[in-house]
Amino acid sequence: MDQQASNNPVAPNRTTVERKSDRELVVTRLFDAPPRIVFRAWAEAELFRRWWVPEGAGITLVSCEMDVRTGGKYRLEFGAGEAGTMAFHGKYLEVVPGKRIVWTNDEEEQGAVTTVTFEDRDGGTLLTLHELYPSKEALDEAMAGSAAGLPAQLDQLDALLSTVGE
Amino acid sequence: MVQSYPSLDLSFAALSDATRRGVLEQLGRADASITSLADKFHMTLTGMKKHIAVLERAGLVVTKKVGRVRTCRLGQRSLAAEVQWIEAHRKLFEARFDALDKIILEMKQEEEDGPASE
Repeated sequence: MDQQASNNPVAPNRTTVERKSDRELVVTRLFDAPPRIVFRAWAEAELFRRWWVPEGAGITLVSCEMDVRTGGKYRLEFGAGEAGTMAFHGKYLEVVPGKRIVWTNDEEEQGAVTTVTFEDRDGGTLLTLHELYPSKEALDEAMAGSAAGLPAQLDQLDALLSTVGE
Repeated sequence: MVQSYPSLDLSFAALSDATRRGVLEQLGRADASITSLADKFHMTLTGMKKHIAVLERAGLVVTKKVGRVRTCRLGQRSLAAEVQWIEAHRKLFEARFDALDKIILEMKQEEEDGPASE
């Protein structure tokens, strides 16, 4: 992860997504606040719900229940207009305040295990989100499954990002 | 060091050759045997077998032998779909994290201002 940051000194707050292996997907981003603060924004439902669903993406977060501690559960319900609602749920396998959160994605049988780590970088935070799928096929399927609805999502996100200003 | 994932490298390598791109186009219309592909692209059976092997390793083509004929069809993996998916995933997280930046800024300011009076 170190090389990521040092490789990219000009735009340190860029979001990167890489398929690290057949079963793993890794997202990284730097934040201008210590891990203690960034962690809270992930662990407290009132804060989390304000950023997890980007405004203008045509999706709203209908409900957000999170019991962010080891063994706790979460359930997120999204409303997608006429498409109805979609629920995501799972449990927290490990929660270390200020350091890491590990959760399962149980809405699918072959769901990934997501690990988010918060590392101190000169008073800021290097955030790494790691998704580990049970098999190559599961990740391929996740990609293929959502690929169908992608163009529309991409357009919405493009529209969103152009209003926000890149 | 930017580490790309091996299957994407394989895909790009597979697509770097005009014959192999032609074969994919052809298979997009209909499945075909290696023999008929060799005919169509005016090459030896051995030459076509090599091309198909490269495409197969990249997951772009699947082959199946029935009797003495090996038939080729397009694989499940579509390179364009994967690249597009990763980019969409990145944009989604980027939008999330831009929103998160604002919330974090608020939280930092609240901390600096001291605890809110309750």
